[in-house]
Amino acid sequence: MADMKVAAYICQGCGLGDRLDTAALAGVAKKEGKAALVREHEFLCNAEGVKMIRDDIANEAVTHVMIGACSRRAKTEAFGFTDVAVSRANLREGVIWCQPETDEARETTQEMAEDYIRMGCAEVKKMTLPEGNPAAVTERTVLVVGGGVSGMTAALEASKAGYKVVLVEKSGALGGWAAKLHKRSPGKSPYAEPQDTPVADMDAAITADANIKVYLNAITSKTSGSPGQFEIEISTESGSTATEKVGAIIQATGFSLYDANNLPELGYGKSANVVDQAGLEALAKAANGGVIKRPSDGGEVKTVVFVQCAGQRDDTGKHLPYCSGSCCSTSVKQAMYFKDSNPDIDTVVIYTDLRMPGNGEDFYRSGQNKGVTFTKGKVSSVEAAGNQCKVNFHDLILNDQTAIDNADLVVLATGQVPNSGVDIDTKLKADIAAAAGDNSLLEAYNASQAEGAVQPISVLNLTYRQGPDVPQLKYGFTDSHFICFPYETRRTGIYSAGPVRRPMDMVQAMEDATGAAMKAIQAVENAGLGRAAHPRSGDLSFPKVRLEGCTQCKRCTVECPFGAIDEDEKRFPVFNESRCRRCGTCMGACPVRVISFENYSIDTVGSQLKAVDVPDEFSEKPRILILACENDAYPALDMAAMNRNVYSAYVRIIPVRCLGSVNTIWINDALSSGYDGVMMMGCKHGDDYQCHFVKGSELASYRMSKIGDTLKQMGLEEDRVATFEVAITDIERVPQLINDYAAKIQEIGMSPLKGF
Amino acid sequence: MSEKYHNNFLKEVEEMVEEGEWVKMCMQCGVCAGSCPLGPHWAHPPQEIFMMIRAGKREEVLRSDSMWMCTSCYNCVVRCPRKLPITHIMHGLANYAHRLGLSPKNQPTQQFATLFWNNLAQTGRVNELKLSLGIYFKDGFAQGVKNAMAMQSVGLGMVKAKRLNPMELFGGHGVKDKTGFHAMLKKAKEIEDRRKNFA
Repeated sequence: MADMKVAAYICQGCGLGDRLDTAALAGVAKKEGKAALVREHEFLCNAEGVKMIRDDIANEAVTHVMIGACSRRAKTEAFGFTDVAVSRANLREGVIWCQPETDEARETTQEMAEDYIRMGCAEVKKMTLPEGNPAAVTERTVLVVGGGVSGMTAALEASKAGYKVVLVEKSGALGGWAAKLHKRSPGKSPYAEPQDTPVADMDAAITADANIKVYLNAITSKTSGSPGQFEIEISTESGSTATEKVGAIIQATGFSLYDANNLPELGYGKSANVVDQAGLEALAKAANGGVIKRPSDGGEVKTVVFVQCAGQRDDTGKHLPYCSGSCCSTSVKQAMYFKDSNPDIDTVVIYTDLRMPGNGEDFYRSGQNKGVTFTKGKVSSVEAAGNQCKVNFHDLILNDQTAIDNADLVVLATGQVPNSGVDIDTKLKADIAAAAGDNSLLEAYNASQAEGAVQPISVLNLTYRQGPDVPQLKYGFTDSHFICFPYETRRTGIYSAGPVRRPMDMVQAMEDATGAAMKAIQAVENAGLGRAAHPRSGDLSFPKVRLEGCTQCKRCTVECPFGAIDEDEKRFPVFNESRCRRCGTCMGACPVRVISFENYSIDTVGSQLKAVDVPDEFSEKPRILILACENDAYPALDMAAMNRNVYSAYVRIIPVRCLGSVNTIWINDALSSGYDGVMMMGCKHGDDYQCHFVKGSELASYRMSKIGDTLKQMGLEEDRVATFEVAITDIERVPQLINDYAAKIQEIGMSPLKGF
Repeated sequence: MSEKYHNNFLKEVEEMVEEGEWVKMCMQCGVCAGSCPLGPHWAHPPQEIFMMIRAGKREEVLRSDSMWMCTSCYNCVVRCPRKLPITHIMHGLANYAHRLGLSPKNQPTQQFATLFWNNLAQTGRVNELKLSLGIYFKDGFAQGVKNAMAMQSVGLGMVKAKRLNPMELFGGHGVKDKTGFHAMLKKAKEIEDRRKNFA
């Protein structure tokens, strides 16, 4: 855009005209903001006001529009001009709604509004219109890795929606765990009887579906590229290799049972009559509807004991700490195998808590009806004696140390361990710490690798800079924020579904797989339009790099939460557009500031904070800069204002895409231009993170923990920079945080750097 | 002797105890135990009794006085999320224990119940005077006189209000067809014994 023409529009609606001197604001936009065109309007978002802006764009060759009205989160449709760069000065929520309507407050309120006009004008001048990538391409094929019930469901659902599917299964047949089951827990009303598994039907449907191409005895030996243009190398057992081009990937690699050999105290391995749940399914399958025999001698089974939570929900640190969520209903189902063949067989389920998610409650009731005995208790040991077992346990209802002496069969519910491939997070964390000068984590990691322990095998074999598999969260399940972004991993375009994502039963896995298929389709379509995926879906802006200034420090490649950045042979970063979610973490990380977006850059924010009028130290008017995450903190501030929660008039708020995009230069600039304090508001981080970009707020707080030295060099108190974790619901808390911080700044006193 | 955690005793309860088929449906939530106004005063709340049945503790259950402590307030039945007729099961268990002769000796509720039934079964109507005297003198003559003295103002009040007739001591009133009434009870007992395999 060679001829930039800035137009500023000031709205007088929603009480803005009554509370503010809009003529003065127009003057500021004209004189200080250097807007070529300034207009006031009494109702800017109505058809007439919007038409006025439209006409100016058409007739006056306006290329940059600054709108001084409500928050950028309001009226997005009315002010959604796609052919010009737009910035918004938040005069309504940001000024009049969060300030008291009194005569004394009039002056500071007006000052606030004027600053936001200055900031808006400064920002818009540094923005360009995102162009998107006209060369964006997309493959409308979805790769599904794993041919169990989850994978088959995902494949069938994607195919039903009109997309081609490539299904890769490492074993010789489809079906996964479900194929090993005699029957499944019921998935439909009345949830009373075990049902046949859907494997045969699904297998037939897939075979009949021309849209689904199945590779059996095959693995994904190499995955390169990015959403819309993944290139997959599929290696089969016979040694042949095929290449497929796909647009998105669904990882449905399921789970393995926790190894019962870790539970010798429960008799596993000591007696053939102690089996895990898979072992019992095998016996039931072998019996093929007939009577299940005792494994040790083929004798009649009269008493079966089911031990729940075997090596699960364990707080000693030896076994799985979590609940697998499906073993209780499996045990009820397996007890029914016996009860249905002969009601006189005693079946006792010893549980700590009986957890029957979904409609499992009805199934549990049906089990009770059939005479399955449920005993709340904790099993301490299982002793083998001849062809029977003694199950010692503590009855928790009767507080009784007791035993079942003559169990013919003991079934251990051992739980699910995800098949999620290599854990790349530990290495990544170590790399980040190393980049910041702390080598201890990296050394520990290298030591752990050298011990020769059994290393997991990679599933996807990604050629990404950050590692071969998708990152994992707690306990090795693939990371996907279960409320905000289910199915999504930290690799754009790669989704996980089923028990690899979290422990679940077949009903949930099928629902999960359908959701993941939906998400994969969204990724394919977004990639084709050159747009960002969630959470900034539709965003066309993309990191632009001035490679000639790059020092190859690799911080961006290491810190990108989505592994979007690779490296070329010369070790310069390679930005993969469709993997990028446009959070700006790379921009915040870059020490030489060569990374920027068309409409969001070091300059757009830097110019804003420099445009603020900082009063001198005798004015008794401090200035506090707030950098607020636009996903949670900024909406919380807007909502606080809607509730008329008042906060200090000395703050100036700049929304940022993610706290991870905050570059320390902004903090330096703010402090050296005389701000008295900087508040940063990001999302909760840690294991139960709420950050929309997973790592952004964590990285920001890590970077800011190192800012003490800088402050010391500048001769400033450490309290002048503070980071806060804010949730979108903190409507009462955020104004309080601001006011408390303002009081603290008052206490510390004005910055000595004013006026330099 | 029933085996521990085997279904023998549960099956016995299902067959012999009124509403006993519900015991297996208890999900051990403990709401009945928490709702019972007498809960703190007896050894085993219903939840525990049901678990003991499943654990095969036949003797302990049948010899327990817990089910005799039930006052039929129905709080447990109202609150049970599984809609178990808990009060009825407790009465059924008490009745079954009594018939087996296992119920605890000198249990006041049981004594009163026996007295009440025998009183009613005689004439088809409850003879209040004989019932009260029966209760007063159940622990011997001296204690009976003491009880009667202590209650005399209540007794006199009832006589004055024509709620208690001293003449009832001599026979008292009854139903019209006493022979038919006795035959009916006998038949009912026969049917029940046959159904529950009592000799």
